[in-house]
Amino acid sequence: MELSKEKLLDMYKTMVSIREFEQSLSEAVTAGTLPGFVHLGIGQEAIHVGVTTALRPTDWVSSTHRDHGMLLARGADIKRMRAEIFGKVTGYCKGKGGSMHLAAFDKGAPGCNGILGPSQTINNGIALALKKRGQGDIAVVVFGDGAAHRGEFHEALNLAACWKLPVLAICVNNQYAISVCFDDACAIEDIAARSSGYGIPGLVVDGNDVMAVYEAISETAKSIREDKGPALLELKTRRFKGHFEGDPQSYKTPEEVAEEMKNDPIPLFVKQLLEQEITTEETLKGIDDEVKKEMQEAIEFAEQSDYPPLEEIFTDLYYEERRNV
Amino acid sequence: MREITYAEAIREALRQEMSLDDNVFIFGEDVGQFGGCFGVTAGLYEEFGPERVMDTPISESAILGAALGSALMGLRPVPELMFSDFTTVCFDYLTNQAPKVRYMCGGQVEKLPMVVRTTTGGWIRAAGQHSQSLEGWFTQVPGLKVVTPATPHDAKGLLTACLRDNNPILYLEHKVLYSVSGPVPEEEYIVPLGQAEIKKEGTDVTLISYSLMLNKTLSVAEQLAADGISAEVIDLRTLSPLDHDTLARSVQKTHKAVVIQEAVEVGGVAAQVVKSLVDSSFEYLDAPIKTVAACNTVIPFSPPLEDAMLPNEEKILAAAKEVLG
Repeated sequence: MELSKEKLLDMYKTMVSIREFEQSLSEAVTAGTLPGFVHLGIGQEAIHVGVTTALRPTDWVSSTHRDHGMLLARGADIKRMRAEIFGKVTGYCKGKGGSMHLAAFDKGAPGCNGILGPSQTINNGIALALKKRGQGDIAVVVFGDGAAHRGEFHEALNLAACWKLPVLAICVNNQYAISVCFDDACAIEDIAARSSGYGIPGLVVDGNDVMAVYEAISETAKSIREDKGPALLELKTRRFKGHFEGDPQSYKTPEEVAEEMKNDPIPLFVKQLLEQEITTEETLKGIDDEVKKEMQEAIEFAEQSDYPPLEEIFTDLYYEERRNV
Repeated sequence: MREITYAEAIREALRQEMSLDDNVFIFGEDVGQFGGCFGVTAGLYEEFGPERVMDTPISESAILGAALGSALMGLRPVPELMFSDFTTVCFDYLTNQAPKVRYMCGGQVEKLPMVVRTTTGGWIRAAGQHSQSLEGWFTQVPGLKVVTPATPHDAKGLLTACLRDNNPILYLEHKVLYSVSGPVPEEEYIVPLGQAEIKKEGTDVTLISYSLMLNKTLSVAEQLAADGISAEVIDLRTLSPLDHDTLARSVQKTHKAVVIQEAVEVGGVAAQVVKSLVDSSFEYLDAPIKTVAACNTVIPFSPPLEDAMLPNEEKILAAAKEVLG
């Protein structure tokens, strides 16, 4: 592994932290304390961490409604994340976005979008601005296999290819768009195969292997930074939870669920770390404890935070000042 | 003062702002060497080059998505949609996306300067998918400004104001007005957004309209003057935000009002103006407020049918006389 030990342990910590974050949301849903609904990314942590580890801080990465983890992996503050999901004024969006619209613009993470598709076209605009700046930064957009069937997938990739934008399009294929399985929604096996329709590279990667994700993204990003135009990556994975928390997944057989669980990305990464003698179980246990402590602090922070004042109903709607020329 | 056409006035505003700020750029279908399907951007490609006047594929979602993304990054995109009827295939960006960004991220994004230029209105014999007046829909979107210039002078001044604003704006150009000439200062100037203008002062009745309907309304006011009736004519100019004060002041003076729009009679801007006047000036009214609008049907192709379906001077005159009693 070319990454330093510190970096690898940091990746482990982030994966565990995302798992813990999502798990605690699941508990809140069960307890009935969480407003609205959440889409949990448990089982997809290798993607969040593999993608972000391969990026520069000055790159941009847009993600999906299942990607609290992408923001956390990008370095977003776990307390403000938790507070936002509970509608508190200390949240990233002052409680006005919630789980589905979490964003951390200071981390180059415009975050989730409540509508599937637009993040792909919006990402082109981000990429265009980055291209004009000429610093070799790239705009990454992560979307699910469901969003790959929106017309915007085509419009966005076609324009990105025509304008040779620094775009990395990543389809996270977890095989289900809510209840409809991929085979019933798509006539081909791999979304990545569509890349040939735009004259851009396409690649399928195991999305549960964090190192495989990291290496594929690093390699592809390098080519995009060299102004070689966009690329399409497909990361095959599974979500361990339903579409929304509480979804009983009646569309999956118990055997299928059991099979999915065998490919848990966290134990897989632990195995790699231990086999290559990068760390010890004791060290990992120490990290786990640290994560639990940070999570507990985040939960308390959100609990103790206030709801936004009623004036917030009208703030942030318009920017009032006119530009001076 | 020299006279130029409405189309030339729009082009002059674009050229002047592009000269002042390198971040302003234009893109859309056929806007490059072709100069736009209505010729509005003619010559700008030659003057500013292919990086600032960019042709796109026929992909309205990709056009508005790229606008939003680049605006997020500090650029000042001016996308063109050939017909406002085409907003239906990219409605998400004008409703769910751009106007909500600032609010839903709790103000993390302060400025979102994007001016969507598009064409509106009938009488070009293009039937029901290229002739509509859809502005009413967009006035229902908090976070979006809607601007409808009626004269060459206002077309330039309002567009300049839009290009210096920091919010998403829909700027609706009436196709029939493109060839209409009027006095326009050569230097840059601003017509402030959100301010209606009294185009003709009067004391007996207030006639309220915007866009092409202003010309027809002014003509009716002249006909009324010949009968010794003094009509005040208000041009709304900006539909969102609406200038309630100017409307109230005028109607509290004349005690009678007719609201004229080209859009179909159901819902829309005229209804909102009536609501505004009922709220502000009900006790001042000497007669029920009348509205003049297109019939609630599809715009037909056959010229006699289109002419009969859309509002015209006879209908405005009849409504005014009814209100005057």
